[in-house]
Amino acid sequence: MGQEIMFQDIYTIWLREMLKFVRARSRIASSLAMPFIWLFILGFGFSSSITIPGLPYIGFLAPGIIGMIILFTSIFSGISIIYDRQFGFLKEILVAPVSRSSIVIGKTFGGATIATINGLIVLGISSALGFIDFGIGTLLAIPFMILIAISFVAMGLIIASRMKNMEGFQMIMSFLVMPIFLLSGALFPLKDVPDAMKVISYFDPLSYGIDGIRGSLVGITNVGIITDFTVLLGISVGMISFGTVMFKKSTQS
Amino acid sequence: MKDGIKEFMSAIKIKNLTKKFGKFIAVDSINLEIKEGELFGLLGPNGAGKSTTLNMLATMMMPTSGNATINNVEITSQDSVRRTIGMVFQDPSLDDELTGKENLEFHGRMYHMQKNLRANRIEEVLKLVGLEDKAKFQIKTYSGGMKRRLEIARGLMHHPKILFLDEPTLGLDPQTRRGIWDYIQKLNKDEGLTIILTTHYMEEADYLCDRIAIIDNGKIIALDTPENMKNIMGGDILKIETRESGSLDKILKFDWIKDKTRFDDYLNVTVADGGSAIPDILKAASEAGIKIDSVHMIRPSLEDVFIHYTGRTIREQEADSTNQIKSMMNQWGKR
Ligand SMILES: Nc1ncnc2c1ncn2[C@@H]1O[C@H](COP(=O)(O)OP(=O)(O)O)[C@@H](O)[C@H]1O
Ligand SMILES: [Mg+2]
Repeated sequence: MGQEIMFQDIYTIWLREMLKFVRARSRIASSLAMPFIWLFILGFGFSSSITIPGLPYIGFLAPGIIGMIILFTSIFSGISIIYDRQFGFLKEILVAPVSRSSIVIGKTFGGATIATINGLIVLGISSALGFIDFGIGTLLAIPFMILIAISFVAMGLIIASRMKNMEGFQMIMSFLVMPIFLLSGALFPLKDVPDAMKVISYFDPLSYGIDGIRGSLVGITNVGIITDFTVLLGISVGMISFGTVMFKKSTQS
Repeated sequence: MKDGIKEFMSAIKIKNLTKKFGKFIAVDSINLEIKEGELFGLLGPNGAGKSTTLNMLATMMMPTSGNATINNVEITSQDSVRRTIGMVFQDPSLDDELTGKENLEFHGRMYHMQKNLRANRIEEVLKLVGLEDKAKFQIKTYSGGMKRRLEIARGLMHHPKILFLDEPTLGLDPQTRRGIWDYIQKLNKDEGLTIILTTHYMEEADYLCDRIAIIDNGKIIALDTPENMKNIMGGDILKIETRESGSLDKILKFDWIKDKTRFDDYLNVTVADGGSAIPDILKAASEAGIKIDSVHMIRPSLEDVFIHYTGRTIREQEADSTNQIKSMMNQWGKR
């Protein structure tokens, strides 16, 4: 299949996600309240108990909350392909002369775009409120946001390929998404945590995303943003490839 | 029915097509050839294997064994086949949140239609199914019949050579069903489109199809035109109501009577052409002084044909259909 055609197919799938996103604006606007509740309550609540050298706690926390909203939006976006299956639209996609990888990539980019937009809104408002500085670092943070989004939409697609319906969603939230979030260093520095937890966090894709965003925005990083970027890029490509395999498997009979 | 040359062109050739789900054989070594321009029906009760057959032809499922060609392309060459077919699934497959036009637009893009062509074709197919003024509304505001019409329109968008319709009028009210029949007929007769539909409605198969395959338990048990199928049932049945059914039985000795069955209050007489037989029978009866209360003519239906082959009615199995749907949804989720 020609590259141009593949690009066109990815665009078509992506476009539908955008159309649905625009149509569901109000629902999405209300989901944006959650990160700010976290940001304000934790940010001011812990401001005296957690001290970060040279930075108010809320400035440390903001990159973590940006990562959080991207994580949640992405995972949900990926898993919501279950709705396409339940409402039958997936069949319309599958019967078309379109490669399965185009479908997965289109879906992933669609969800990732939405998640990144959500992250940018949190980033913008945090900057406007003065929690973080606005500057070259802001631009530097964007690639990390995009890569987190891609990785976790693809992860959502992988999960969805093994799920019958949305019943299992709460389980996924409790036992996968929350641990990923809490172990990522979004809320507290990973420098001083017990060794076992530190080791686990190295296997948490989000920790590289948060570290990269925080490194870009406020200059605090564990492994350096180059390492963060390289690892995340690898994870994104890996997730999409695995996602394609799983999607093919789940749609063949 | 069709002109000479077309008679030789096969749109679909099916050889020993089989689909097993575990040990269960859903489609059992089907052989079939469908001609170009034909309106062909797969008729059978719920769970007979109609959808499974159609899904294999439309590349949505891989056969367990056997094969089929669509316009001389093996169904295993999925993308080439997909380009040339249109498919309307049994269950709804529209995006409810998008408008009618957006659904068609998506479809056109998925089949790589250029922008102008796409725009023109959307107008064309919307007009064909009479939904022009609904194009800008979200699907969730459509009625069942409108959704079905839009799905048919969508199946036609990319000028397929063959259109598959899986239970096109399932669950629709009679009037809407009638309308959809008209669209299907128009597509076949005016545009020469090859159409394969499945149905468990006898009247639908009878009214629409050039030829019918009756399918039961995954096997084709009869294959012919509706007319021929009904003819093998021996013709019309005249149900003659009379107190003297015994005497009537004795005096009716015409050689065109194929069969007689006597009951207490009536006599069933099978003849090739009921209409012209009635006057002769009435005359004979009145000459013998036998009083006849009424005569009903029963034309054999495909239902009778089905009973003839399977020993039960098609509808006996309808009660199972909800269980069937449930089990299918479970199956779908497991994969
Ligand atoms: N994916 C599946 N897994 C297991 N069994 C299936 C699956 N799809 C269909 N079946 C079974 O195969 C048989 C034929 O189904 P189907 O082709 O849908 O029948 P029809 O369309 O004639 O009503 C049914 O008994 C059905 O339960
Ligand atoms: Mg069916």
